[in-house]
Amino acid sequence: MRLKADGLACTRGGREVFDSVSFGLSSGEAMLVTGRNGAGKSSLLRMIAGLVRISSGRLELEGGGPDTPLSEHCHYLGHQDAMKPSLSVTENLRFWAAFLCADRAVEPALEAVDLRPLADLPAAYLSAGQRRRLSIARLVAVPRPIWLLDEPTSALDSPSQRKLTDLMSGHLMGGGMIIAAAHGPIGLERARELKLGPA
Amino acid sequence: MSAFTALLTRDIRLAIRVGGGALMGALFFLIVVTMTPFAVGPDLALLARIGPAILWLGALLASLLALDRLFATDHDDGSLDLLMMGSLPLELSVGAKAIAHWLTTGLPLVVIAPLLGLMLNVELKATGWLALTLLVGTPALTFIGLVGAALAVALRRGGLLLAVLVLPLTVPVLIFGVAAANAAIVGPAPFGPPFTILCALSLASLVLGPIAAAAALRHGLE
Repeated sequence: MRLKADGLACTRGGREVFDSVSFGLSSGEAMLVTGRNGAGKSSLLRMIAGLVRISSGRLELEGGGPDTPLSEHCHYLGHQDAMKPSLSVTENLRFWAAFLCADRAVEPALEAVDLRPLADLPAAYLSAGQRRRLSIARLVAVPRPIWLLDEPTSALDSPSQRKLTDLMSGHLMGGGMIIAAAHGPIGLERARELKLGPA
Repeated sequence: MSAFTALLTRDIRLAIRVGGGALMGALFFLIVVTMTPFAVGPDLALLARIGPAILWLGALLASLLALDRLFATDHDDGSLDLLMMGSLPLELSVGAKAIAHWLTTGLPLVVIAPLLGLMLNVELKATGWLALTLLVGTPALTFIGLVGAALAVALRRGGLLLAVLVLPLTVPVLIFGVAAANAAIVGPAPFGPPFTILCALSLASLVLGPIAAAAALRHGLE
């Protein structure tokens, strides 16, 4: 599987955020998107996820199957956690697992992010870091090859960051791809860097 | 469990949990209907005559009340992004949300309508007919409102815009709903024609509503 971007441009609100961004990413590779505030890191991730319109350029996934759009191969971990406060941790995760693919046991995913003891707690009572871990559990519960992570380490304490690093390396070992937007290192040593905006 | 039923059950569950507001519509309906006799006065004949119209108007406003949160909460917490990335077509996701919304806000209105009819001096047998017209007509209100709710999210304006957009579109539903109810209660016009048109309005909006709402949400992408 190979994700290829060629001359991507993004225009938001009449302003050009970036143009002619090109990269290629193969299975097992990671890419770190860096740049100043407003350079378009989040826009690029959302563009790959199909949530922002591509102004010009091409984006394609080789070997992804002709009928499946790119967005269905992607997991998007944005700034919002998409969890409902009145549902319990398990209910939230079970919903996304059922909605995004088929029925899968969500307990192993909760185990992977150390949220098993809080499984029955309404998500309203989780801290920011715990909510973040719950969103990360979604990536574990539903297998999809491309992970798009927007500042994944924000709000995470250092043990949780290490756990995330382990999960990310496991995903890459299994032939997945990771594209992360971040300001600092997120524990992916072999990641390539894509710098957006003026140097 | 398929993606469709998963979304349907989640939205129903959210609506009946604390802060979900499933019964807010029914409560609003109750208040509107209760206030009418105070405004109109204790003229029983007059109340019975305008009863069906008041009940229909009350149901219309009540079903509009909760609509602006239909997509707004999902938009605010990022769920809408993920709903768009699922393998379920957006039209069906939107339809599942609308069905859940109708079951939790539209259906309670139909259930309490006969009770509220008594407060307006509408006979019990007549309120049965009235509830039937509401049962058939309220899905049309929800699915027309769905388009407004999607537009409000796409344009990032909430609240009043929705009412201004949606209310004019619900006029045909109101006309044929009240006409069918009046035909059943006082006659002399036959019940069949307005009732069938009401069914047609519901069925048409059931198909067109989700398509238009999904298009509005997609357009909201920048």
